[in-house]
Amino acid sequence: MSNPDTAERAPVVLNPALAYDRSPPKPDAPTPNEERWSNVHAPDAMRATTASAETGTTSANRALRVFLRNPNAMTGLIFLVLVVAAALLAPVLYPEDPLSMVARPFIWPGTNSTYPLGTDSLGRDVLSGILHGARISLLVGIVATVIGLAVGLIIGSTAGYFGGWVDDVLVKLIEIVQTLPSFILLVVLVAIAQPSVAVVTGAVGIVSWPTVARLVRSEFRAIREKDYVVAARSLGYGHVRIIIREILPNALPPIIVTSSVMVASAILMESALSFMGLGDPNLVSWGSMIGDGRELLRTAWYLTAIPGLAIVFTVLALNLIGDGLNDALNPRFTDER
Amino acid sequence: MANASLLSVRDLTVKFPRIEPVRNLSFDVSEGETLAIVGESGSGKSLTALALMRLLPKAAQITSGRIDFSGRDLLKLDDRSIRSLRGKEIAMIFQEPMTSLNPVLTIGRQITESLRLHEGLSAKAARLRAIELLDLVRIPAPHKRIDDYPHQLSGGMRQRVMIAIAVACRPRLLIADEPTTALDVTIQAQVLDLLDRLRRELSMALILITHDLGIVTQWADNVVVMYAGRKVEQALPEALFADPLHPYTRGLLNASPRLKDDYHYTDGPLTEIPGSIVSAIGENGCPFAPRCPIVRSGCRTRVPDLLVPAEDRLVACPVIFAEGERHVAARGL
Amino acid sequence: MSLLAVSDLHTHYAGPSGTLRAVDDVSLTVEDGETVGLVGESGCGKSTLGKTITRLVAPTKGSIVFKQEDITRISERSLRPVRRRLQMIFQDPFGSLNPRQNIRDILTAPLVVHGYGNRAERAKRVEALIDRVGLPRTALSRYPHEFSGGQRQRIGIARALILDPELVVCDEPVSALDLSIQAQILNLLSSMKKDLGLSYLFISHDLSVVRYFTDRVLVMYLGRIVESADNRTLWAQPKHPYTRALMDAVPDPSRRRQAAPISGDLPSPQNIPSGCRFHPRCPLATDICRTVDPALTSFGPTHQVACHHADAA
Repeated sequence: MSNPDTAERAPVVLNPALAYDRSPPKPDAPTPNEERWSNVHAPDAMRATTASAETGTTSANRALRVFLRNPNAMTGLIFLVLVVAAALLAPVLYPEDPLSMVARPFIWPGTNSTYPLGTDSLGRDVLSGILHGARISLLVGIVATVIGLAVGLIIGSTAGYFGGWVDDVLVKLIEIVQTLPSFILLVVLVAIAQPSVAVVTGAVGIVSWPTVARLVRSEFRAIREKDYVVAARSLGYGHVRIIIREILPNALPPIIVTSSVMVASAILMESALSFMGLGDPNLVSWGSMIGDGRELLRTAWYLTAIPGLAIVFTVLALNLIGDGLNDALNPRFTDER
Repeated sequence: MANASLLSVRDLTVKFPRIEPVRNLSFDVSEGETLAIVGESGSGKSLTALALMRLLPKAAQITSGRIDFSGRDLLKLDDRSIRSLRGKEIAMIFQEPMTSLNPVLTIGRQITESLRLHEGLSAKAARLRAIELLDLVRIPAPHKRIDDYPHQLSGGMRQRVMIAIAVACRPRLLIADEPTTALDVTIQAQVLDLLDRLRRELSMALILITHDLGIVTQWADNVVVMYAGRKVEQALPEALFADPLHPYTRGLLNASPRLKDDYHYTDGPLTEIPGSIVSAIGENGCPFAPRCPIVRSGCRTRVPDLLVPAEDRLVACPVIFAEGERHVAARGL
Repeated sequence: MSLLAVSDLHTHYAGPSGTLRAVDDVSLTVEDGETVGLVGESGCGKSTLGKTITRLVAPTKGSIVFKQEDITRISERSLRPVRRRLQMIFQDPFGSLNPRQNIRDILTAPLVVHGYGNRAERAKRVEALIDRVGLPRTALSRYPHEFSGGQRQRIGIARALILDPELVVCDEPVSALDLSIQAQILNLLSSMKKDLGLSYLFISHDLSVVRYFTDRVLVMYLGRIVESADNRTLWAQPKHPYTRALMDAVPDPSRRRQAAPISGDLPSPQNIPSGCRFHPRCPLATDICRTVDPALTSFGPTHQVACHHADAA
């Protein structure tokens, strides 16, 4: 309580005789207007705000604290940082195309210090492939998630905010997309167009938006009824302002949590496509590496195991981060003091 | 009414890691008596009730005090004995009757549960008893209502069901924590009427926890006024209204517009208590000192003792007896 | 002409088990500078009436005329200039402020939306209002969760008044506050009214507060106004049995352990009783009450009652 703000507190001037006088002011001694209303001021205003400043800063800071104290989330975060670093450093460490043949085939991991993770059946460096593959996985994962989020946010917020027939139509649309098995839709989309990174990314984004749209819609429906949104309407705010400024910031926590898991599932979908040979043939990805090693599973199992582990750990890391974010941003825990 | 003491609380202190929401609280409840504990939110009145039931949240700790209930110190009982006491000898009802009832069980199920647990009744006997209880709390057509789910009942009816559950095992003490705050004024009157009738018919004692001074004076035999975890005044209701002593009690009585009072906004403002209860945090002396109109320098350093100005009366304010302050107490009331 | 004139207003909702008649044929006026109280129990439709008047809920039938302009069915766009003059204060000081915006943003946004002045002028207006409601300027950079209930209600009042409205619908503005804070907020509202020449439609379930704070009172029961009178007349001679029951139900220190004035629950607005809607709970009910719905009848210049037995009172 030694906050300097406390000292700024306006002095409470209270005449005890006046304070307990319920009778109307006497006509012969009219109180000046200022004094009559002097008690309108809230003398504890500063004290209350300093008191709460002491118990906890903003909710964002608190959420960050909770997140940073969560060992699982930190493990996930550290691993993800490693993957990002690998993706960023790949062109520096291995400027050569990872698809080029650099040594004799089937060098086992740990037997040659130049190729710590060995080489594949065509003599390509596995470590170089893993690092470059991280670029593709992350790129597809993040961009596809952004596409899915954007489409899902627009459709979900429109449906949830406006309700009525707009909601009915959009919910039908969401349901139609969701009834199609998403991976088959993905395969069809990629098969129709050329299998390039852009097409794969776009296709993954397209199959993942309905999840976001559903979530955003339900959040918007709940928040739309809150008094501060009703207040915004009563103040004459436009729809766009209400959606973006009033509702969206309050709907964000579950959306953030979901997006980390979406990145993970996008990485899985890309890997699966590449494994099936529907990825970009000119680029190495973790999925295509597994696909290439599939035939040699009995003789050189490391060719599938190493990219497989990369996928498992990355997806796990993203899920751990998602759980950590959920704990940190969940309003149930936000209320604790 | 001056029967033997049923419950006696001495120097009860409840501590959370950062704050002490109940501090050195003492009071007695006699057999068959209604004691009201009045205070605004943050006064510690609800935590006191939970402490009596030994139902405090995990973070809370009772750091000192005794709670004697008909000769046993509740704080020394093991979990098993306290569980057998809860619901059977001490029962509690809460403010929000919707959340205190399980939505997926019929009200009959919820009433019979306690009967079968504590009284060992057969399913059939418990059901008959449950119908009797619903009738006792004046629920119309109880034999039909017993198979209803909570959402099929109105707020007032749900609170009646809660009361039926609470009195099922004929407790000797019923703690009602803001039992009518969520209810409309006409329903509130019915529920209070019912509680008082049950108190007489079942000869139980009642602790009525409320923020509403009007309820208190109409229904209580004895009133404890709490502020920021401490008892600041105790009196019989008539005396409390006729001559409130503590500046906080006086402030509360003056700040509330009253129905029988011909005072209108065009006549002037209401008398305010400035500030809020948050200002009590960190006060070494009297918790009300930051908002008190007659605060003296001594008030900020030392917690005032409870003084006994008259029989059945306690007040934690020495300043009120100082020269020139008594007339303030009597004015305008 | 009245500042606000509502006539034959109905607000019905289509529910799963039939139509919910939340507001069912209500007419009322609010004059310039007047505080009109609207009293009733929860579920009587008083809140819906407030929201229908501010066009936050669509009316089913009837008309709302504010400052000689019929606003019953005009578009949201044409409503915007009206909103400036017709504001609302909400009950829940914890729910009515956006938790993600600081106080400055909350108070500045209405000015931006309505194109008030430039940046400096808006900042000045915000500071003037925060001073006026008795909060320090340092409050502007803080977030709602850092304030107590009473302080948040001050912020809600500042937001409602920042556009300089003429009529403010106050929906239970003090019911969620502690007693010691209620008086502060009522005093603030009444000083604001005096300074700014406001009119209030003051919705409350608390008769004591309504008695202190209003000039004229409307008593509402199940979507209908059952009694309307100026403040003093109503308390001197309440005529509707429901009004009297409400008054008797308020705990009174001078009475000890008095029996409840009326029995029974408020019926559901989806299933409104025939005839007089109060008859199942009414101590005076006779056969006519069960069949004929009483109309509001005048009992003096300012006093209207909808009861077949109002004379018997």
